[in-house]
Formats: sequence, structure tokens, C-alpha cells
Amino acid sequence: MAGITRDEVLHVARLARLELSDDEVTKFQGQLSQILEAVSKVRELDLADVPPTAHPLEIANAWAEDEPRPCLPLEDVFANAPDRDEDFFRTPPA
Amino acid sequence: MSGIDTLRLTAEEAKRLLDAKEVSSAELFAAYAGRDDEYHAFLHRCDDDGTEGIPLAVKDVIGTRGIPTTAGSKILEGYVPVYDATVIVNAKAQGLKVLGKTNTDEFAMGSSTENSAYGPSRNPWDPSRVPGGSGGGSAAAVSGGLAPWALGSDTGGSIKQPAALCGHVGLRPTYGTVSRFGVVAFASSLDQVGPVAKNVRDCAWLYSIISGRDDNDSTTVDVPPVELPTGEDLSGLRIGVPREMNGVAGIEQGVSDAVRKALELAESLGASVEECSLPRSVDYGVACYYLVAPAEASSNLARYDGVRYGLRVDGDDFREMLMRTRDAGFGDEPKRRIMVGAYALSSGYYEAYYGTAQKVRTVIRREHEELFERFDVLASPTSPTVAFPIGAKIDDPVAMYMNDVLTIPSCMAGLPGLNVPCGLSEGLPVGLQLIGPQFAENALFRAGHALERALGFDVVPERLR
Repeated sequence: MAGITRDEVLHVARLARLELSDDEVTKFQGQLSQILEAVSKVRELDLADVPPTAHPLEIANAWAEDEPRPCLPLEDVFANAPDRDEDFFRTPPA
Repeated sequence: MSGIDTLRLTAEEAKRLLDAKEVSSAELFAAYAGRDDEYHAFLHRCDDDGTEGIPLAVKDVIGTRGIPTTAGSKILEGYVPVYDATVIVNAKAQGLKVLGKTNTDEFAMGSSTENSAYGPSRNPWDPSRVPGGSGGGSAAAVSGGLAPWALGSDTGGSIKQPAALCGHVGLRPTYGTVSRFGVVAFASSLDQVGPVAKNVRDCAWLYSIISGRDDNDSTTVDVPPVELPTGEDLSGLRIGVPREMNGVAGIEQGVSDAVRKALELAESLGASVEECSLPRSVDYGVACYYLVAPAEASSNLARYDGVRYGLRVDGDDFREMLMRTRDAGFGDEPKRRIMVGAYALSSGYYEAYYGTAQKVRTVIRREHEELFERFDVLASPTSPTVAFPIGAKIDDPVAMYMNDVLTIPSCMAGLPGLNVPCGLSEGLPVGLQLIGPQFAENALFRAGHALERALGFDVVPERLR
């Protein structure tokens, strides 16, 4: 990993839906390069026959009864909403 | 009654005082709530709600109905949950009362609380130093006499490392034993809520209160009954000492010495102590963690979109609003981790980074499983260093990540870990980390309790005695 380019920083920032200032792009370019270099260490190992672990417990399919239960009242649902229009969250146009 | 020594009183003693009517719940609550928070342990302190019970401090990543919950982030400033996390429901059902919400690195991402958007907490042993993190607020509250005990959360060491740096007991439980419902998500395959306490018995008691299967968190499982430890000998206990986690480069000499003395004491109590090896877990653990956790974080933190709750910064269209909200609301550490995670998961890099890290996680799990065929617990320092000065590592993210080199491997394997204070180095606490196989909390409590009794470590910071 020779370091991450300015364009790559802007690309991952877009993927992450972050609007970075020019100063931030410069700062994160250096820091992300260092971090990616450090974590690239995982590629040193021979892992040809090793399966991945996504979850630390050997459990699968925790089923629940399919029974309706009460949900939050609408006043609670909207209690923290930045903007509301009756029973909808209001946002700027898409 | 004014004679409550909040620096020393354990929750078990508090319960005895309440049961004997020697103090009232109101007096007990006031004894803690009335103390100045000189360590910035709390982000929010509660008024007494008038109920009966023992006070509890709660890390601010745990949702509390009607009480602001910010996760140390500006993006959740002013957010007031409309329901309690399951751990809070359980705590209230057992007669615990929320004292307040404790400081944390933003979204629990950090090892010092310096990443909190609301400023760092301070270590009661030396206020110029960090209390560790991310649960530094809970640690400072318990160590500084502002709470008898507390809830923390641990993804890669956020309960154990602050407990080590502040000189008290903390348990990271086995993954799946404590519900994450209502807890602000960081890395869902790693996050666990756990107890922070002045001694091992309180720690075990609080674990028994919060643990158990929860219909609202499908990763939870049935938990073996918790045994409050009473014994003072360790006969029959087989302790493995991984050489990569003891007395190697990066671990301060004073830390190594204190842990070695604790292990000699364990031998004198009847335990067998034998060197062993985790050849790849320690070497590759941090790199593995700092791919898996950011990848999960980049997914979890996608929910902060300025629509349903939290900060919104206006824009001309939806996308502009979304990107401005996230740039203004997240601090540097969440931004770094979201971007590292997005990179590791992105097209063309997925196999090389995230996919590889998941395989390394298997290697780490297997190495630990093999050792637990021969040992009941593994022992090491919890932190390679004692508490460091505020500001010492804040501009070097990779150096900060190495604080967790000894706590991370067992977290990747879903194993429980207990910090027990075991001595001082340069006048600051040193923590002993005990790691067990999955669901072996009772073995950790037994070992920790016997060692704690034999060590006689005074959890009250020297400058406050």
C-alpha cells in the first residue's frame, strides 16, 4: 500500500456521504494512508484454506414468533425529528 | 446521613445499608449527585426520580428514556430516546437508578475519551492524564467516587482498558450474553455492554442483572447462572500466560513487573501458571480489528442522515443536506473510521481488506480455542502502559490504536475478559487481564476475586485518601 491519493480520499468520502473541506481532504489523505498501511499487515498471512468469521458465536437463525406487537406511538416516533409534516418526515427534495 | 464514603462504598455494602434502613435511597443518591464532577466524568447528571434503589452511572452510548443520549457526538446533541435499552430495563427492574450519563469517545471510538465531542475526562489518580477509553467517563466516575458502579460498553477494550488505567474492575462479557438493544451501534459483531465496579463481587452482581437472552436482540443467548465469588484459593486453576502478551516490546517494565507478581501470588494460592503462545493473534489482532470494526461502523453510522433524529444541516437538495449534516456532525475519528471502512468494503478492495480480515479473525479464534484445551484462563497486562498524559497521542491515530493491542485479540474471538487492578507503576494503576473461554464468566470471577483479596489493592486513588 503506497498510500491513498487525493482522488481516492474524495471517492471514499463520497461513498461515506461526507462532504469534506479541502483542509480535511489533505489531513485525512495522510492519516488514512498511515492507517491503511498498518492494517495491510493482515495480507502477510497465508489464509488459503481459512474460512471467514463474521460472527463470534456458533448460532444460526434465532426465530421469533410471528405475532404482531404494539409499536411506538407516532408522537414518540417523531419526537426527535428535525422536520415533520403531519405523519411524514420532511426532507429537502431528492 | 453524611457519612457515606463514596470513594469506598461498594454496591453490595450500599444495598446492606439500604436494607438495614441505615441510609435512605434519597440520601444515597444525593451523596453521589452532590459531588463536584472535577473529572468531567458525566455528560449529563440526573435528578433523583424518587424511586428506591442503588445509583448507577451509565455510559452515554446506552439509550435511556427521557435522558439525553449523545454517544459523545455532536450529531446526537439533544437526542432524547423514547425507550430504554434492555440493560436499563433490567437494571431498573432490579432496583437500580440512573445517576447520569458518562463521557465516552465519540461513538465509543477511542482509547482516551479525547475523541469525545464534549471534551476529555480526567483520571482521578492524576487529572493531567487520560482515564482510558472509550469508557473513560464511567471509569472516572467509579474511581473518583461519583458512582458506586457503572455500565460501559466494549468493542475492542473500552471497558477493560479504562478499568486498568483507573484501577478498578471491569468485565467485557462473552459476546451474546448482554443485549445490545437500545445501545448506539459501533461494530455489531464486537459491541458488548458490561459492568464497571470497585470489586469483583459487584462486577459479577451487575453482570447477573444485565445479562440474559433478549427477544429484541437475536444475537443474545441463554446465559449460565452467575455465581457470586466467595473462595480465596485458586487450587486447580490452570493459568496460561501467552508470551506475546507479557514482557515483550511495548509493554512498560513496571506494568510487566506488577503482572508477574500477581501471577506469582496466583501460584501461591494454588493455581498452576504456565507460559504459552498466541503466535498470530497479538501480531495481527490490531490490524484485523481496525478493518472489521471500521467496516461495521461505516455501515452502522450510515443511519445518521438528518431525517429521523439527530442533527440536520440544511441544503438545497437531499444529498447536500445529508453530506453537510454528516460533515458537521461527526468528529475526526468517526470520519476516519467510516472512510477506512468504506474503503475496505469498496469494489476492488473488499477481498484484499475486509475479506482477509475476516479470515484472520478465524485464525485468532482458533488459536484461543486451542489454548483453552489446556488452560482455564489466560493472563496478561490489560494495557501495555499506565495512564498517559492528555494530548500525548491525539495526533497519531495509529499510536492510539496500539493501546488496545492486548485487549483486542480476545474481543475478536468473542471471549470474556476481566480487568483486576494488580499494583502500581510510577504511582499509577496497573491492570491484570484475565481471559476465559466463551461463557466462562464464573471462572473469571472466581480467579479475580481470590486475587483481589490476596493483592489487597486499594482502589481509592492515592491523592484522594
